[in-house]
Amino acid sequence: MPLTDVDRITTRRIGNADSWTLRSYLDNGGYAGLRKALQIGREAVHEEVNKANLLGRGGAGFEAGRKWGMLRQADPTYLVINGDESEPATFKDHMLIEGDPHQIIEGTLITAFAIGAAQAFIYIRGEFALGFERMQQALNEAYEHGAVGHDIFGSGWSIDVVIHPGAGAYICGEETALLESLEGKRGFPRIKPPYYPAAIGLYGAPTVVNNVETMSNIPWIVVNGGDAFAALGAGRSTGTRIFALSGHVNQPGNYELEMVKPTFRDIIFDPRCGNGIRNGNEVKIIIPGGASSPWFGPQHLDVPLGQDEVGKADGVMPGGGGSMLGSGSIVVMDETTCPVRAAWRLVRFFERESCGQCTPCREGTGWLSKILYRIETGSGRREDLDLLYDISDNIIPGMPWPYPMTTICFLGPSAAVPTVSAMQMFRDEFLVHVKDGGCPYE
Amino acid sequence: MARLSKENVERAERTIALYPHARSALIPLLHLVQEQDGHLTNDGMEHVAELLGLTPAEVLGTASFYDMFFTHPVGTYLVSVCTNIACMLNGAYELLEHAEQTLGVKAGATTPDGTFTLEEVECLALCGNAPCLTVNWRFFGDVTDDSFDGLVDDLRAGRLADTIPPHGTHARVARSVGLVAAGPAKAAPAKKPRAAAVVDNKGDSAPEPRSGERK
Repeated sequence: MPLTDVDRITTRRIGNADSWTLRSYLDNGGYAGLRKALQIGREAVHEEVNKANLLGRGGAGFEAGRKWGMLRQADPTYLVINGDESEPATFKDHMLIEGDPHQIIEGTLITAFAIGAAQAFIYIRGEFALGFERMQQALNEAYEHGAVGHDIFGSGWSIDVVIHPGAGAYICGEETALLESLEGKRGFPRIKPPYYPAAIGLYGAPTVVNNVETMSNIPWIVVNGGDAFAALGAGRSTGTRIFALSGHVNQPGNYELEMVKPTFRDIIFDPRCGNGIRNGNEVKIIIPGGASSPWFGPQHLDVPLGQDEVGKADGVMPGGGGSMLGSGSIVVMDETTCPVRAAWRLVRFFERESCGQCTPCREGTGWLSKILYRIETGSGRREDLDLLYDISDNIIPGMPWPYPMTTICFLGPSAAVPTVSAMQMFRDEFLVHVKDGGCPYE
Repeated sequence: MARLSKENVERAERTIALYPHARSALIPLLHLVQEQDGHLTNDGMEHVAELLGLTPAEVLGTASFYDMFFTHPVGTYLVSVCTNIACMLNGAYELLEHAEQTLGVKAGATTPDGTFTLEEVECLALCGNAPCLTVNWRFFGDVTDDSFDGLVDDLRAGRLADTIPPHGTHARVARSVGLVAAGPAKAAPAKKPRAAAVVDNKGDSAPEPRSGERK
C-alpha cells in the first residue's frame, strides 16, 4: 500500500518561520482548541478524545481517553507531561518541543481542564537545553496571552503550568521514575501495584502522565472532532503518527504518516521518506519501535505501521509473538552491519542506564553486555549463546512477546529483547564470531 | 566556588515557589549551582540543602543519580559525542576516535588547559542527523571529522560564545511569571511568594533549530 496523502496534524507548523513563537502559533490557528474546549466543557472534551481513540504516543500505546477516565477522584489531582525522550533512536519529541512548544502547552491545558487537574508539569529531558528555553519562552508568552494562569480567556477556570528540567537519566522516561524525579529524588521506578499513577501519582495524589506527542494531538482533536481523527488509520490505530526513521536509509528524519496505511517497505523506500538504503544495499535488520522492541527482518517489510499489526506480526522471539510500534522509531540496518555489535551497543545502553534496584536487571544487563562484547571481540565461547539465553530467561521468563517480567520496570527486559532477537535471527553469525575468534565485519 | 550568590538565591526562591512541595525544586536548583560554579561544589549543595530543608546527603544522593551533574570540575566546553545505535551505524566511534586525536585526550578526560572535556554519551535524540554531539548541551548534527575540527577551532577562538554559554548554564530563558492560578492545595512551607515576579529574560534569541525537521 502506498503512502496516503493526508494532512499532517502534529507536525503541520514545523518548518514555519519562528514556529516556536506565539505570533506564529496564533497565525496558524493556535489556541483555538483551548477556546473551544472551555466553551464545550470538560465532559465533551473527554468524549471527543474517547471517540478519537488516541493511543498514547510514548511507547506503551495506552488509550489516552481511558487513562483520563481512570483518574481517582480526589483533591488535588495533577497532570504531568512526559518530555523525557531518551529511547535510543527516538527523536520526535525533541522536534516537537523545539519546533512547536505552544501546541504542547495548549494540549496540556486542554487535558488539565478535562481532568480537573490542580496544576500541570511538563518534564523536559535535561539535555534538551534549547527545547527547555523554547518551552519556557512559550509558557511566558502564553501567560501574557491569558491562555495560562488566572481566569483563562475569561472562562473563570485557572491553572498554573511549570516547565521542569530533567538532568540526564533514561529511566526517568518510565512514568513512576519520572514522578520520583519530579519530586526531587533519584529516578527509581516505583514498585507496582499500584500500577497506574491515576491512583497514586505525584505527591501521592492521582496523576495523569501523558507523552508530549500525545498532547500535541489534543488541540487538533478538539477543533476537528474525535470522529475526524478516528477516520484516519484503521482498527485500533487511529490518526497519524510521527515515525522517527534512522540508520542506513538515505533520508533519515521524522515523518508524520497516517497509521496502518503505509508499511515498513513504504517508509524505508518511498522517495518522500527514507528513499531507500545507502548504496542500494539490502535491508538486514529493522528495529520497529525503539531499542526495546524485538527486531524484524526483511520478511517483515510488508507489515503495516499499526499498533496491533506490529504487535501481532509473526516475530522472532522464541516464546512467540510479534514486536511493538513503541515510540514509533524505526532503525534500519543494511547487510554490512554486524548483528553482534548492534546488539551489544543496545545492551550496553541498558547496562549504563539501569537504576540498580532489581537484581535481574542490575546484574543481567552487565552480564549480557560483557558476554556480547567478548563474542564480538573474539573471546567468545560456544556455550556463551546458551548463557545469553539463560540470563535473558531470568529477566523475561520464557522469552515470549509480550513478556512476563522479574523486574519492577521494562528496562531490564529491554536489554534481553535485542540479545534474544539477534541470536534468533543470526545464530550462524554468532557461531562464526566464536569459531573465527573475532568479528568477520572488522 | 561558594554558596549561591544573592541573585541566585532569589532565583532559587522563585523556583521553589512554583512547586507544591519544595523538594521538587532540587534538580532545577542543582542546575543553578552548576551554572554558577561550573560543577556541583560542596558549598553549593549544602546551600541548596538549607534552602530546601534537606540534608546535604539527600542532595548529593539525588545529584549523583543524574548524568548531567558533575561533582568535579569539567572543561569550559563539555563535548558529548553520542555513540548509540543510529550514530554508531553512521560512524560515531570513528568520530569519537577522531575527537580524541584532535583534542589530545581520551573520552572522559579534560584537556590540560581546562578548555575541553570530552565524553561518550548515550542517545541524544538527534538520530536523523547522525552522528551527532552536543557542546554544553547545544546540539550539532551530521558531524564529520572536518566539521568537528572546525567546531573546535570556533570554540577556541570564542566565535560561538553567543550560542554556547559556559558549561553548567542549562537555560538562558527564565520564567517571567509566578503562580497566579487559584492554586493547588498547599502541603508545603507557607513562605512562598505568590505574586507575579518578573525576572531576567535575556536569552530570547535562541539559535536556529537543527533537529531532523524534514517533511
